[in-house]
Amino acid sequence: MATQTPTTEFAVEATGLVKVFGDNRAVDGLDLKVPTGSIYGVLGPNGAGKTTTINMLATLMRPDDGSATIFGHDVVNEAQIVRQLIGVTGQYASVDETLSATENLIIFSRLLGLSASEAKKKSTELLEEFGLTEAAKRPLSKFSGGMRRRLDLAASLIAQPPLIFLDEPTTGLDPRTRNQMWNTIRRLVSTGSTVLLTTQYLEEADQLADRIAVIDHGKVIAEGTGAELKASIGTATLQLEVVDKKDDAAAAKIIHKTLGVEPTISRPGHVSAPMARPDKITDLLIALRADNIHLSQVSVQEPTMDEVFLSLTGKPQSSHPKPSQKGAKS
Amino acid sequence: MTDAQILPGSTRQLKNHTSLKQTVLNSLTMAHRGLLKMRRTPEQFFDVTLQPILFTLMFTYIFGGAIAGSVSKYLPIIIPGILIQTVITTSVVTGVQLREDMDKGVFNRFKSLPIARIAPLAGALLADTIRYGIATVLTFTMGYIMGYRPGAGIGGVIAGGLLTILFAWCISWIFAFFGVIARTASSVQGVSLLILFPLTFLSNAFVPVDTLPHWLKTFVSFNPLSHLIAAVRQLANYGTIGHDFWLSLVGALIIVALFAPLTVRAYMRKA
Repeated sequence: MATQTPTTEFAVEATGLVKVFGDNRAVDGLDLKVPTGSIYGVLGPNGAGKTTTINMLATLMRPDDGSATIFGHDVVNEAQIVRQLIGVTGQYASVDETLSATENLIIFSRLLGLSASEAKKKSTELLEEFGLTEAAKRPLSKFSGGMRRRLDLAASLIAQPPLIFLDEPTTGLDPRTRNQMWNTIRRLVSTGSTVLLTTQYLEEADQLADRIAVIDHGKVIAEGTGAELKASIGTATLQLEVVDKKDDAAAAKIIHKTLGVEPTISRPGHVSAPMARPDKITDLLIALRADNIHLSQVSVQEPTMDEVFLSLTGKPQSSHPKPSQKGAKS
Repeated sequence: MTDAQILPGSTRQLKNHTSLKQTVLNSLTMAHRGLLKMRRTPEQFFDVTLQPILFTLMFTYIFGGAIAGSVSKYLPIIIPGILIQTVITTSVVTGVQLREDMDKGVFNRFKSLPIARIAPLAGALLADTIRYGIATVLTFTMGYIMGYRPGAGIGGVIAGGLLTILFAWCISWIFAFFGVIARTASSVQGVSLLILFPLTFLSNAFVPVDTLPHWLKTFVSFNPLSHLIAAVRQLANYGTIGHDFWLSLVGALIIVALFAPLTVRAYMRKA
């Protein structure tokens, strides 16, 4: 398979990947096909095998079984070729803490074969693009988490690799920095790169990825576009809180009448219902006001990772404590 | 983002092996990285600056009268001895730092880059020769201040210093190997010092071998460091090259030939 003419249709093709650590089958027969030029999201909880998968695809680990190709090149037999086609940004910033941002980028550029002057030019360019020019000379120990991630990503782009792995690029970042990171990733793809990113957040996968693979216990348990996945998971939930707790039954009745869905009273004063028809919400709010039922809070809750896993596997995700159970009991 | 479109993977010119030229260039870049790191963390020079000064002063004045009759007569014996002890101890630090370095995320990036696999190791080891150089210069300077006038002049001293640095670089592959296979930096330090203490003290570094009991004399005469110390004494004090010189040179090269491939293989397996 490795010796065939390299295909361009898929940036990544993995079949039956397995990696075992002791008793733990971290990756257990994983199949993946990432179309060239797309953002592909790998979604899963902690310990689902996301990082191990990336490590195998990026030639950092040898698969125990199965095979994978990057643009048609085998990750084991043609590792050095694969390394020329990829950029890897790890979960923990893989840059040198003791060096400055400029020094980091120059070292990586030189390692990739750029001359001293080219390396200097390239790092200035990248620092500017990632808004790090002012901080360029400071040692990294003074960098914020977001700056480190940006530098890390900049370092992965020196050779302009056609495939970039991003392992949980926004974990631990504040919302503003996270949005910046998302924009950077989108721009990357517009220049022709393929991006494979892992995330624990459904929202992130949904926002960025053209296609998403949901993995659990080292296997792909669902694959498709964000819309397809969400359709299979179910809709968002509308949650109302009434000012006067005695009004909750009346509110539930009005919800049933206007939205045509079955509401539940989770606890006194709190009414929730599936948001099947969002355009009817106005009608609902008007009807409530007409009946003199006052609301203290209205919110819409997106399906959470817990719910995704509940609906895909029929059981809550295993590696997390399950906050949803607590709610079910009360 | 740059406006230039990224070259598709299928149209790139790629090769699956690393040339010798690239290996050398990569190693030199990694050595450059090591030097930059040293500049940022000057505290790691404490051992190579303080140890030569302190040990030379201490040992010379304590043992000088007892062993050689006077400090000035003892200096030609002890300076090469302390030099080797200091520099070889410094090469342990190479292994410890390599371990600490490898635990950081940046080594994952090195592994994912299309560079020679040996470069991160060779570069780190190469950069550390600077440390050996500092220790060498300081020890000889300290000796000079105390009245050491090497018989072979500056040429002999430089030759002895270079031999020492080369030997230390070769030996550092052993500690680099420990560094790669060990789980923590402190265990590297522990194991390495355990080996090093008998090697440096049970040698001809501080005392004339004739005064030792027979069994110890046998050990000392087989100790490679004894040969190195003897070779440096000959170079610095008499300007001669004897069989000790060749023995230590060949011994050092055998160590590299053995441990460099072992270390790289262990490093790759951890990859």
